[in-house]
This record gives sequence, structure tokens and C-alpha cells, in this order.
Amino acid sequence: MDDLLREFLTETNESLERVDAELVRFEREPNNSQILGNIFRLVHTIKGTCGFLGLPRLEALAHAAETLMGKFRDGMSVTAEAVTLILSTIDRIKLILDEIENREAEPEGGDADLIDSLARASQQSDGGTKPVARPEAETPELHEAPEPAESQPPERPDDERGDRIANHSIRVNVTTLDYLMTTVSELVLTRNQLLEIVRRHEDSDFKVPLQRLSNVTAELQEGVMKTRMQPIGNAWQKLPRIVRDLCAELGKDIELKMHGAETELDRQVLELVKDPLTHLVRNCADHGIESPAERVAAGKPAKGTIRLAACHQGGHIIIEIADDGRGLDVARIRAKAIEQGLAGEAEITAKSDIEICNFIFAPGFSTAAQVTNISGRGVGMDVVRNNIEQIGGTVDLQSVAGAGTKFTIKIPLTLAIVSALIVEAGGERFAVPQLSVLELVRAGRAGEHRIERIKDTRVLRLRNKLLPLIHLRDVLRLGETDAEDGFVVVTQVGSQIFGIVVDGVFHTEEIVIKPMSSKLRHIAAFSGTTILGDGSVIMIVDPNGIAQMLGRAAQTARDGRPELDNREEASADDTVSLLVFRAGSHQPKAVPLSLVTRLEEIDCRKIEVSDGRHLVQYRDQLMPLLRIDTQSDLKRDGAQPILVFSDHGRSMGLVVDEIVDIVEDQLKIEVESERPGVLGYAVIKGNATEILDVGHFLPQAFSDWFRRRDASTDRLTRTVLLVDDSPFFRDMLAPLIKAAGYQVVAVGSAADALSALNSGKRFDLVITDIEMPDMDGFALGEKLRSMPSTAELPVIAISAMVSTAAIERGRAVGFDDFVAKFDRAGLIAAIKEQGADIEWAA
Amino acid sequence: MNDSPDFTEYVTFTMAGQIFGLPIERVQEVFRPARITRVPLAGAQIAGVLNLRGRIVTAIDMRSRLDLQARDEGQAPMAIGIELGTESFGLLVDALGEVLKLLDGEREPNPVNLDRKLARVSAGVYRLDGQLLVVLDVNRVLDLGLETAAAA
Repeated sequence: MDDLLREFLTETNESLERVDAELVRFEREPNNSQILGNIFRLVHTIKGTCGFLGLPRLEALAHAAETLMGKFRDGMSVTAEAVTLILSTIDRIKLILDEIENREAEPEGGDADLIDSLARASQQSDGGTKPVARPEAETPELHEAPEPAESQPPERPDDERGDRIANHSIRVNVTTLDYLMTTVSELVLTRNQLLEIVRRHEDSDFKVPLQRLSNVTAELQEGVMKTRMQPIGNAWQKLPRIVRDLCAELGKDIELKMHGAETELDRQVLELVKDPLTHLVRNCADHGIESPAERVAAGKPAKGTIRLAACHQGGHIIIEIADDGRGLDVARIRAKAIEQGLAGEAEITAKSDIEICNFIFAPGFSTAAQVTNISGRGVGMDVVRNNIEQIGGTVDLQSVAGAGTKFTIKIPLTLAIVSALIVEAGGERFAVPQLSVLELVRAGRAGEHRIERIKDTRVLRLRNKLLPLIHLRDVLRLGETDAEDGFVVVTQVGSQIFGIVVDGVFHTEEIVIKPMSSKLRHIAAFSGTTILGDGSVIMIVDPNGIAQMLGRAAQTARDGRPELDNREEASADDTVSLLVFRAGSHQPKAVPLSLVTRLEEIDCRKIEVSDGRHLVQYRDQLMPLLRIDTQSDLKRDGAQPILVFSDHGRSMGLVVDEIVDIVEDQLKIEVESERPGVLGYAVIKGNATEILDVGHFLPQAFSDWFRRRDASTDRLTRTVLLVDDSPFFRDMLAPLIKAAGYQVVAVGSAADALSALNSGKRFDLVITDIEMPDMDGFALGEKLRSMPSTAELPVIAISAMVSTAAIERGRAVGFDDFVAKFDRAGLIAAIKEQGADIEWAA
Repeated sequence: MNDSPDFTEYVTFTMAGQIFGLPIERVQEVFRPARITRVPLAGAQIAGVLNLRGRIVTAIDMRSRLDLQARDEGQAPMAIGIELGTESFGLLVDALGEVLKLLDGEREPNPVNLDRKLARVSAGVYRLDGQLLVVLDVNRVLDLGLETAAAA
């Protein structure tokens, strides 16, 4: 049944019930203006709503009755027959309403009889006559109503009426529900307190009745919570229209599919997710779904689909918003993130595609090429995430290029009562909402999980990932954290996963969230207060706030070191992330971070010696370990830090003494080195530093590491021209090529490349990006081939998107090789290959 | 102020030997605070939070609020319960005195030499035999300036 109609029936039946009681009094006191007023209002409301709902029969009847009663209100004295007439009218209205409820339509037939009588009665007032007991009024004619006979309505058995909607739903004020919720919350608290007391007294008589009380309380809590539940579809109602309008505006064809609209959640939560949901759907329509032409070209149906689905999962509701559009452009987000200073190169190279995608949630982030009406203003996704996180929810993101994007929102069903982990730090207890807790890890010196330090940051190695840690005691300034022992509450906020280290973990408890005092709201670490079973008040830790503090702590740690000046300044130049370490000698050594796959610490006891070579079992493979200084011995016990270099599924570990730092600096080799394994010396952050030639070590690990090994001595004399409009890629690739042993000149456009080539400087190889404004890589390639001086120059094309079509076209243009931008190893291999071909130039 | 416009009843209390008064209609109750949970990062003026019959009360350390010396260890404070909006506060004081009914006309403005911090929360003084009673303005006492300092 239509919601509007249902609402109308509920409302009208309520009014009818009220009026019913007064009708009897109306008969006795026909001139009581209050009763008259009530009936008048009812009839008036019915009249007004009927026109709107398209119920002409009811409307006409109500209109006639209203006219007569209007006369009474104006002072016409009420006659007995008029009373009967009005009562009959009310009965007829009930009759019709019943019919509407059963059949969702007005019954056939008319009410001319009643309407005529009503009209007559109204007119009589003009004549000023005071008629008493008229025959036709005495017998209200209801015969015209076809199906139900006149006598039926009053005789309808009550139990039949019991099934009706009108009696099944009542309207309750929201304040009443909120009050009920608060009261139940108190009850839950008291129950918890009682349980706590009984826990201390083993054989208490209260145990059994308390268990019952506990169960009943839980049921009551659930019941009251249910009264506040609304289907999520209420938050979706406007979406089909929004999508339709967007389609018209953007010239797209999009179908919005909705599943699980009946999934219920707390009305408070519902209100709060409405806007984020709308925003995400808009984004899907605007960014996600391609134009019909694009879709057809990509072999997809012209009509795009946005799928909205909701379901319950534990104490949460999961909402998915998925489109079958183009997916997120990882390369563009990556470049944008660098450009906007959201992350450094070193950071970003270590990130997975999904982590990079999550930059779209950063404040002010937007990759939309042009700002459209709908999105692209860089406001939105961060707000979406904030809103959802504020209610203890999370947003996850999945994206497959060309196949679409999926947002998964997980929110608690209710905000009033949540499950929380009670922890201890610095002698105080705190509650951590379970929703954000992924797992609990016991960390200790002896155990499987150890808390380690990298510089000033504590980390935990968990399933091959380094988890940044924050000690609750530190953040809350509850005194020194001396021990490396503790429990790590692995917490997820958005895509950020970190560990909160606490001294102890007690148990989980259903806690009632009490709002924070206004005097404490400025403390980001807490989201509220609660009363525990033992009656004490504890603070609820806000994982979002802690996550922010974690970021800030890292920031201040950086700011605290003056030699690490700010990043914008550095990245404007030709800077590289360098991993600085010590090995063998005291002099610092460095290697471009982009070459290092991983930093590891391995147990020295696991190092095996075979045939004079050191090996360690690493990820189910035997990994050779190399020392920079072959004189020095490996440590015999403890943990041995190593740098892992991987390529084509093979890894080698370079043994180092200590990892000093990761710095951003220019890589300028000032003095070349005669020593094998050392490219030369550079001044890094004021220290003369050996720049390691990784290329020297790789073949030692696997003699066939490079298919063709060049004589390392003459490599540095060769120069590569790197053409890429993106500063990020220039920054990323230049040191890589440099580290492979070439001089690099990097330029930002095809025009600059041509002028560099015409400047008289000799280049041995050109590496060019394909996607560039003005003159693209294909055009540059053609141009180079057409000029006699460069016709023979090897050209390697790089592109974020390597498709067969592009490769074909590249071959036609005369590129010597075509490599994906992120395929570092592939690029190096291509350079080596081409390098061998340019032997003539050496 | 209620029945007779000429009189106001004050709940008096002492701190560091000084007598203070709060208009009785602003005082909800007085109680001995138990199990105060301190709130990390909250600053010295907030003594903590406590559970008073199911309500969460934010305890304000009045010694700290008025820049007085910290209470001696082991000296148990008393609390004056105050409601502000929907929130409950407990002002922690040294000891409670009697309720005094004082003539409004006898209230004098703050002496010029009154401690600056005290003057900011004082609504005037009464001269009792040999002693000065400082009347506190509840709203100003509870305005800790934290809301604006949130960014700091």
C-alpha cells in the first residue's frame, strides 16, 4: 500500500476513534462547540487529504458535511435530525475507509442521498426555520452504498477490526522513544552493576533471578531499540530522482538498483548516513559511470548500473554502493597526492593501489579534471568519511580499473549502546569501542610478537606488515612507558590500521554511551563517557582521535629534526628518497629507497651457510644474503637488519648494521668511486655518504640477474633523456635510471625534449611518456624518427596504460620498447637491452 | 530572591581559609564525592568525572579554578552539585559551611584589591563579622574557557 495512503488511514482512524467517543456526547449536547469543533476538524482534514489522494467519493461527502457543520459553528442551532445526519455521515466515512483499507480504492457507488440531505439541512438555516424530526433524517439512507449494508458497520466484530493497519500502528512521539531509550540504558547499567556484584559473591541467591532479569533487560533493550528502527530505504527515497536528474544533466544512462531497502537501523544513525550516501551515489554517477559512447567502446552495455545494497551483519549494517564504471584512476590519484603534498614519494611507493585510492578521502582532494556541478570541487569524500566515522562507522573502497568502484560502509545499528573493550593504561581504565577493533595481540619481549623501534617510532611486525604503534599511556600523558610488554589493540580507522598499546585488557562490556561533558569535548582522544558495571565512570577512547594524534605525533617527530626541512621545498627540486644506513664502516651509506623492496630483521640463528654463501629462508624461498664489506662477519645472535631487493620473484638480502634514516635529498654524485659496489659519494644532509651500486650486488646473488651485464665503468658516461610531464614520475624514474648507472636529463615536455636534443648534448637513449599535453609521446617519437640526427636514437615509451593497441601504435611510430610506468624492473631491463644496442655510441 | 526580594540565601563553603557563597537556588545538592575518575589531558581545573546516582558529574577542582594552593593529600573534599543546561557539575571545595540568609542591600561590589582571578568569578562580597564572604557567579565559575581553547 502506498505510504501516503497508509498514513492517511492511520491518522484518520485515530481521529475517528477520538470523535466516536464524543459523538455520544454530541447527541446529548448538540450545541457544545468543542465537540462540534473536533468533528469539524476531522471532516475538514479528510476533505483536504482526499482531494490530494484522489478519493472523490470521500471528498464529496466530507465537503457536504463540512458545509453543514460550518453553519452550526456560525451559530445555527443544532437539530436532532442534523445530529443523526452527521452521525450517519461519520458512519459512511468509516465504511468507505474500511473499504479503502481492504481494496486500496474507494468502493463503487455514490452518497447522493446523504449529500442531498446534508445540503438540504444547510439550506434550511437560510430559511431560519427550526425543524424538528424530519422523516428522511430519521432513517439515514445508506442503501446506495452497494456492498456493505447500512447495518453492517456498527456490527462489525471487533476482532475483525483488530487486523487492520489502523490498529496495528500507533504514532508515538520521538521524544517518548528517546526517553524510553535513556531509561532502558539506565536499566542496562544497573543490570551490569548487579551482575558485577554477584560476580564477586560466588554462591549468591540472586544469581538465578538476576540471570532472568538480565535476559529480560536484554530483550527489553532490543525491543526498545526496535521501536526506533526505520528501514534504510527511507534514506534512499530521493536517490532515484537524483540519479535521473544527473543522467539528464550528464547525458548518461544509469540504472539505480536498490537491494535491502527494508534493512532497519536506528533513526538517529539513519539521519546521519543520509547525506554521505547521497554524496557517494552522486559520485558514482558523475565520476564512476562513463558516457554511453565510452562504455560501448569499452565493450560494456551503454547503460551503467549503480547498485545500492544493505544488509545486517552482526551488530552492524553494511551498505554497499557499487558502480560498473571506469574505476578509480590510480595513477592520477597517486600523482595528485604527491602534487598536493599528501604523501612523499617514499611513502607512496610503499603503498598498495588500494591505499593510494584512499587518498580520495583526504581533505580537499579531487581528481576531477573539470569541476562539474555535481562533484569535483574537492569537498565531499573527506566529509563523507568524517560523517561516517563520527558515528563509529568505516568506509572501505575497492576499485578495479575498467570494471567499477565499490564503497562499503559499515555502521553500527545504534549509537546509544555499544560493545566495548575495557582496557587499562597507566592505572586507569578506558573503553575502546569494539567496532574499530580488528584484533588483540599480546606483545612481549619473549613472545611471538615483539614491539620494535625504527628510530623513534614503535612498530609491531604482524603477518609481514609493520604496524605503527601508539601507546595509550603516551598519548594520554599517563607517565612513562617503560616496558616493551603490553597488549596491542589492532585498530582500524578508515583504511588506516594501527596498534594502540595498552597495559592490560579486562573484558568486553555493553556500554551505554553518555555524552561528554562540554568541558571535556576539546579532548580529541575521547568520544564519550560511560558507567561501568562496578559503578565507576570511565572515558571512551575515540579511535579517530587517536589516529589523528598518531599522525600528529609522526609530524612532530619530523618537525623536531631540523635537518629534515619541509617536503614541498625538497620535492620541488630533483630530490630522491634515500635510505641511509651503516654497514661495515662508520661512514653512512645510501641507496635510493625506490629500489628497496622491504626492510627486514631476521633472526641470526636462521641464517644458514652453504658453500661459503649465506642464505636465509624467506617467504618460502632461499634468499642469498650479501655483505657490503666482505671482511666483516655476520652477527651471531639477535636480529640482523637487512635490505631486501626483489626482482622477478627473486630476492636478495643486503646485510647492514643499522638503518639510520630515510631522507629526501638530491642525489648528486660528487666523487665517483673506484671501489666496486660503490657508485660514488654524495653529500646527503651534510654528510659524505657512499651511494651504493645495487647493480653490483644483484649479480652476486644470482649470476644471471641481468640478462646482459654491461661493464659498469662506462655506464655512467651514457646519458638518458627522460621526458615526462609529471614531476612525480620524473622524480621517481630519474633516480632509478641513475641508480642503474646512467646520467639522466629529465624534461617536462616534448618541446623541451626536442630542444635538449638539438642543444648539441649527446644522448644515448630517450625514455618518453605517452600521455602528455600538447605533443604526446607518439608525436615525439614520429618527430624523432623523422629527424636525421635522431632517427637511430633508441626510444623507450612509458605509459601508465599499456594496451595492445598502444603497443601496436608505438611499434608503428618506431619505439624500440614499450614499458608500463610502474614496472621498474621492466624499465631497467629495457634500458639495459637498448644500452647494449647503443654500444656503438660508447 | 524567591520569596523576599531583599534576601538571598547562600550556601557557604571554605577553601584555604576563605569563605565563599553560592546562591542556594543554583545549588542542586551537596555530596561527598567518591571514586572520581581523572580525565587525562583535561587540565588541572577538571578533577575528573564521577557517577552520582547514574548521572555523570564533571568535578571541578575549585582550588585550581581559583588559583589557590592544591589541597593537602588526604584532605577529602566536599562537592556542591550544580546543573547547567543538561549537564551536571560538582564543585570540589574544602568544607561546607552553613546556609546564610543575607540582605541583598548589604552586598558590596568587589574590592579593588581582590585577587584578579577571584574577581573574575565573583559577584560581590559581604562583610561578615571580621570575615569577607565572596559570592561566586556560577556561570562564570563554570566558564573554563575550554570551548574556545579547543584548537590549542
